[in-house]
Amino acid sequence: MSALLEVRGVAKRFRGLLAVDHVSLTVNDGEIFAVIGPNGAGKTTLFNLIAGVYAPEAGEIAFAGERIDGAAPDAICRRGLARTFQIVRPFPHLSVLDNAIVGALLHEHDVDKARAAAGDVLRRLELWDKRAQKAGSLTLPDRKRLEVARALATHPRLLLLDEVMAGLRPTETDRMVAVLKDLNRHENMTIVLIEHVMRAVMALANRIHVLHHGATIAEGPPEVVTRDPRVIESYLGQADHAVGALG
Amino acid sequence: MITRLVRTAPPRALLLLGLLLAVLLAAPLALDRYLTSVLILVFWFAYVGQAWNIMMGFAGLLSLGHALYVGLGAYVAATLFVKLGIGPWAGLWLSAFVSVAVGAAIGWLGFRFRIEGVYFSLLTIAFAEVARIGFDHIGWTGGAAGLFLPVSAEAGAWFNLRGGPLFFYYLALMMATAAFVLCAALRASRLGYRWLAVREDAEAARALGIDVFRARMAAVLISAGLTSLGGVFYAFYYNNLFPGQVFDISRSIEMILAPIVGGVGTLFGPVLGAFILTPLGEALIAITGALGLNAPGTKAVFYGVCLMAIVILAPNGLWPALKRRLGVPEGDV
Repeated sequence: MSALLEVRGVAKRFRGLLAVDHVSLTVNDGEIFAVIGPNGAGKTTLFNLIAGVYAPEAGEIAFAGERIDGAAPDAICRRGLARTFQIVRPFPHLSVLDNAIVGALLHEHDVDKARAAAGDVLRRLELWDKRAQKAGSLTLPDRKRLEVARALATHPRLLLLDEVMAGLRPTETDRMVAVLKDLNRHENMTIVLIEHVMRAVMALANRIHVLHHGATIAEGPPEVVTRDPRVIESYLGQADHAVGALG
Repeated sequence: MITRLVRTAPPRALLLLGLLLAVLLAAPLALDRYLTSVLILVFWFAYVGQAWNIMMGFAGLLSLGHALYVGLGAYVAATLFVKLGIGPWAGLWLSAFVSVAVGAAIGWLGFRFRIEGVYFSLLTIAFAEVARIGFDHIGWTGGAAGLFLPVSAEAGAWFNLRGGPLFFYYLALMMATAAFVLCAALRASRLGYRWLAVREDAEAARALGIDVFRARMAAVLISAGLTSLGGVFYAFYYNNLFPGQVFDISRSIEMILAPIVGGVGTLFGPVLGAFILTPLGEALIAITGALGLNAPGTKAVFYGVCLMAIVILAPNGLWPALKRRLGVPEGDV
């Protein structure tokens, strides 16, 4: 397996607070990689650094062998790195289908072909029946699915998913897990996910990277990481993510 | 492109459009000179409303200074004709070019320095006002005293945009129809989808690989170019230009009323709005005139009342409300 995404010692500060403290990680082609950590650990900031929302103050980021740190979000997406937003951002007045078409038009110039491709993505995420609805009228679980569908429609090589399971019921989580597993297995999609729902992380991730106060405290396969005393300690005291949840 | 539009449009909408066009083509046979001139105005406002709608309705950029492009288009073509003897069919290219260049400057300033929302709108007003004051002081084009085009027939015929009401009627109808078709095509295009995405959420659009700067710039350039052709028409139809009239903010506002009343971001909105507002405004002038009232602000008050009514009763405009009543499915119209 070759490295698809390499993050080397990136740092980002907000008003003196070190949100991401010289984090390094390598995501291999075809792998599902999870980033976990308590609230405020710097996970979303790390995502925003990778996706180009911020430029890192230190370190570098390479995607498919080329430096992407400091590049604009749209340029990074065009290279094949698509992301979802933790707080979903559908295009509310457009239909579900049109939302997905916008994504599909990234590499497809023909609108009819993009519509067909968008339809395929919507079927995969079980949104086809709701294609004519305005995205703003969807329920939260559907909006989360649309967020994934839209990113997927851009035909990325790597998918950055920021808490797509949050707010989903267990059965809905299982459906999303199945969709992501299927993508990974049959289309060799590399996936990096930030997730609090450990049930999903344990079911999906090949490797887990744990952040705490912006810094890496552990990395490895799920069964090793969840037994790491520092990881357990960092989660203690957080009622909603007690040790029991780590499994 | 056009064949795809015809193929994807609902048959009922096509039938309606065909009927409307047929009626309007035949209408001058039954209309007197005055009513013909009212319809010319309707078409003109439908045309520039459509052009403005590309920026506001499609790309989400509120321009409150679109009179700038009308004025520039009008002055460039008229000056070329009056001073240098260059006909409008050649001059309109320079008109469009100047407007597009000025639009590019405004767009660049706005989008490069992240002047967004109302601040962008203020920027558009500022440019229009600077142009108004500037043209007041350019002696070569007549300054505040105005620029006049020769009305005599010897200046030529259709190839110099000289002609009677019927000529301008069909020209305006052609322009409004072409703008409608062009907007329909743009809206259904890749660029159209990008505009809508940027309008809805620029950050999310960026995350989907859309170059927001380029998308917004494209909207400004196309809108500015189209609007300036409306200016060329204005100059050769009225034969006189005053900076205080063509560049005035009241004109900018008047131009955007039709799409707002009809429905921002829709294709029928600017058309419907122009068909409702212009005749009502003209009727009001006729009535107050017949009553012997000299009330120059009547039209402005009337437009204000219309706007308030729309904002309260149908905030998305009349067309979306009407569409629901007619049972037209949600879609690209």
